[in-house]
Amino acid sequence: MAYLTDRKRAVGLGSAKTGTEHHWQMIVTSCALLGLIPLFLFTFGHIVGASYADVVAYYARPFPAIIAGLTFLVGAIHFKSGAQVLIEDYAHGFARKAAIIFVICLSYTLAATGLFAIARIAL
Amino acid sequence: MADVKRSTGPINRPLSPHLTIYRPQLTTITSILVRITGNALIVAALLIIWWFVAAATGPAAFARADYVITSWLGKLVMLGSILALWYHLLGGIRHLIWDTGRMLDVKSSERFGIFMLAGSVVLTILTVLIL
Repeated sequence: MAYLTDRKRAVGLGSAKTGTEHHWQMIVTSCALLGLIPLFLFTFGHIVGASYADVVAYYARPFPAIIAGLTFLVGAIHFKSGAQVLIEDYAHGFARKAAIIFVICLSYTLAATGLFAIARIAL
Repeated sequence: MADVKRSTGPINRPLSPHLTIYRPQLTTITSILVRITGNALIVAALLIIWWFVAAATGPAAFARADYVITSWLGKLVMLGSILALWYHLLGGIRHLIWDTGRMLDVKSSERFGIFMLAGSVVLTILTVLIL
């Protein structure tokens, strides 16, 4: 270590060069959610609290079902990338990696579970 | 290269001030609230996905989820989440505007910050009135 200059020790520790893709994904998903969120809020908000039969009949219709499915999918991807930035700002080392892996797994699990539920109700 | 002579470890340079050092400002508060609201929405997401799975499972499971989501606590979480959702959405619009290189000055950021705080409350009231 004594023979390494500061420059030599810094080489390779730069950006991972995937930041542009990450940021672009946030832009795309936030634009999509700009439309999806109000639509989901008013379709889901309209039917929540109704009877079982009414809820199942409502989500058997294409429009509310597709809105809900897209909101789950795009929302999960948006949360995955957003929560990753939160973790990267406050956690370090092993805890950071573990937390990021957990958030990614949670996001895809939520998306898959939500889509499965919608499919089962709608089909 | 003077640093070659140093034996080990990085130089103990002064760090830029972090959260605990800065006096809270409108720009920092409205920014951190975007992060808090966005991540807190996971609670509502978990509740809503559970409600959908329950609806897909059957009447008994649906009754349980429906009971929780329409209870006073469930309604409180939903109301808070509507506020968080609108605030985060308005914060997202500010980010999209910033990304185009516009409104990056302090005054515009503060003005939009006030719009986010007031707008999210107004939109939440409107949402509750409509639903």
